[in-house]
Amino acid sequence: MSAAKWRRAMNSSNAAALAPSRASAHALPSTLRSTVNDSAADTATRHWMSSAWNALSLRHLAVIAVIAIALLYPVLATPFFTFQIGAQSLALGLIALSLTFLGGYGGMVSLAQMTVAGLAGYLFAIFGSSSMPAISLGWPWWLALVFALTLATAFAAAVGWLSVRTEGIYTIMITLAIGVAFFYLAQQNYTLFNGFQGFSKVTAPSVAGIDFREPLPFYYLVLVCASGGYFFVKHLVRAPFGAALQGIRDNPRRMQALGYNVTAHRVGGYAVAGLLAAVGGVLMVWYNGRISPGTVGTGAMINILIIAVLGGMKHPIGAFVGAIVFVLLQNFAIDLVDRERFNLVIGGVFLAIVLFSPDGLLGLWAKLRSRFGPGTPTFKTKRRLQ
Amino acid sequence: MSPQGRPKGEFPSVKHEGTLMSPPGRPKGEFRSAKHGGRLMTHRQTAMTRQQWALWVIFSAPIAVLSVLAVTDNAPLFFKTFLNGLTLASLYFLVASGFTLVFGLMRNVNLAHGSLYLFGAYVGWFVGEHTGSWVLAVLAGFFASALLGLLMQLLVFRHMQGQDLRQTLVTIGLSIVLADLMLWAWGAEIYTFDPPAWIYGSTTLPLVEKFPTYRLVVLLAAIAIGVGLWWLLARTRIGMMIRAGVDDRGMLAASGVNVQLVFAVTFAIGAGLAGLAGVVGGTALSISPGEDTRYLLASLVVVIVGGMGSVGGAAIGALLIGLAEQFGQAYAPTYSVVFTFVIMVVALAFKPRGIMGKAA
Repeated sequence: MSAAKWRRAMNSSNAAALAPSRASAHALPSTLRSTVNDSAADTATRHWMSSAWNALSLRHLAVIAVIAIALLYPVLATPFFTFQIGAQSLALGLIALSLTFLGGYGGMVSLAQMTVAGLAGYLFAIFGSSSMPAISLGWPWWLALVFALTLATAFAAAVGWLSVRTEGIYTIMITLAIGVAFFYLAQQNYTLFNGFQGFSKVTAPSVAGIDFREPLPFYYLVLVCASGGYFFVKHLVRAPFGAALQGIRDNPRRMQALGYNVTAHRVGGYAVAGLLAAVGGVLMVWYNGRISPGTVGTGAMINILIIAVLGGMKHPIGAFVGAIVFVLLQNFAIDLVDRERFNLVIGGVFLAIVLFSPDGLLGLWAKLRSRFGPGTPTFKTKRRLQ
Repeated sequence: MSPQGRPKGEFPSVKHEGTLMSPPGRPKGEFRSAKHGGRLMTHRQTAMTRQQWALWVIFSAPIAVLSVLAVTDNAPLFFKTFLNGLTLASLYFLVASGFTLVFGLMRNVNLAHGSLYLFGAYVGWFVGEHTGSWVLAVLAGFFASALLGLLMQLLVFRHMQGQDLRQTLVTIGLSIVLADLMLWAWGAEIYTFDPPAWIYGSTTLPLVEKFPTYRLVVLLAAIAIGVGLWWLLARTRIGMMIRAGVDDRGMLAASGVNVQLVFAVTFAIGAGLAGLAGVVGGTALSISPGEDTRYLLASLVVVIVGGMGSVGGAAIGALLIGLAEQFGQAYAPTYSVVFTFVIMVVALAFKPRGIMGKAA
């Protein structure tokens, strides 16, 4: 629909540009070049711009505004907001995005995404350098990064292979059990995971003179990774693999009858989600500068689920919406209630969302728009296959 | 939708993509669905008996060899660990049997089960502290958790039947809220119970020099409760209804049984068992925030290994996990969780529905 509007806008600007400069425009292939060359170009451009402006829907404006805010955010915000709120919610959002992809498009709600992220962080600390030279191998950061991401993705695929052997609600139990077991292992084990203390002084590298420990470069690094993950997921769910995964979500038996290897697609989904979570995990370690069993504890695992559900699991942007709301609540709910009672607030919000709006904040927004708005269905309700 | 949408004609290219796919049309014989699963399973079981024997030998031979080595090395340690493992297993059984009952009947993965355990323990402690009676504390733990479970079933889960994922998410939310409320009410201190005098102290047993009497009582109590549960399920009318509900809810409802009542009773029994285990376990060990997660993990692993919905499976799973955990802690302290995990992986790899699990 919006594409048609665009085309109409382009056509009208074509006509506008052609009218004053018919003689020269015939020879030129594109209106754009004619407007550049022509003396009447100035008015034509203005006309084109105004008609294009009219053709812009609210959604385009919103997208442009989001991009502009994301890019200009550090200029407007204090370093605290850039780093604590901005970078943290984008990194958390990336981990939650992996769950949205797995749960929303693959139908497999895994609680082990934070475990995969935490494992990537641990591996980066073990291969790279940290405050524990007895354990850390001290490899260069890029090598440690490659190994951390690869091994964490392999771990995610293994978790997937284990949990897809049963289906449905079993997945959530098995992944929870794996995650909690990993937490206890990281807490008990001193030879590899350094037990309760974990690793500190795990820092982001400085590349080509840019120190990614600084709030501003780090924010842009996280922004690039997060938007990369977002567009990757958006692309993947329309690619053949993603389409097959959604088919498996809706009816595995039919897909199997069509000749698809259901297990392999599901494990592949876990691996893709694992890579996204691993990137997010390394970013989280760089953000915190340290990693300890608490990073992969039950609370952290469930927080990722809360973020994904809070935003809404039907669209990738939900993960980031949820992450921003979550981080804002985390930082500012303590002004409203007692510091100790944050879990009560977030648990209550989560319960309210699950009970009253199962599609999260995006679902709430869609409901409000369909009730009070001009009646245009929002983008995510259309895409659902059911 | 935009022009590059998902036209029907794209499907051949989807088919083309798969290096991941098996060649189409090959019968896999692995439909894990309700209707075909059972029949295929029996067929396979008769065909694979020799393989199963080989598996048993592969897994039990190293364990047997290691146990012989451990006995010759330090016999009292081995047998004490064994008894400790049995005690822990009985606790796990008490917690997990409720979990597995609720799942089997209602398909509700109650991730707030650990919270029910902790809630029963705290209420039991409160009552025990004020009345001075340990038996009253156990009863209070049972009934407090049963009431809470009943409320959860009546107020929340009853209204969202058939929505597995949503129910589970609600239980997660409830467990967060309950954990925080309990932290608020009882603080972060560690509480311990005093068991009554007649089971306090230690008993001298053969092979093990001295063993706390209380733990033996826990073991016996778990066996008694297990037998009681079996009697309830196998010999009473309500048990018959529960078993029928596990097999086919729709049929049970169609034959005129008030299914909601059966659900409520089962949920109350399951929750009450968790609360009872809270007091019993709190006496054997201690209660503090965080125990809910520990027992939730234990019951998850126990029912994954033993098979969802089967009380007998819960007993077997609890035995395996309890022994593995205690032996792990005694002989390889930094890796004890790994044993639990390995058992779960092996069980999933060979019997995805658990040792006693049936096709759902």
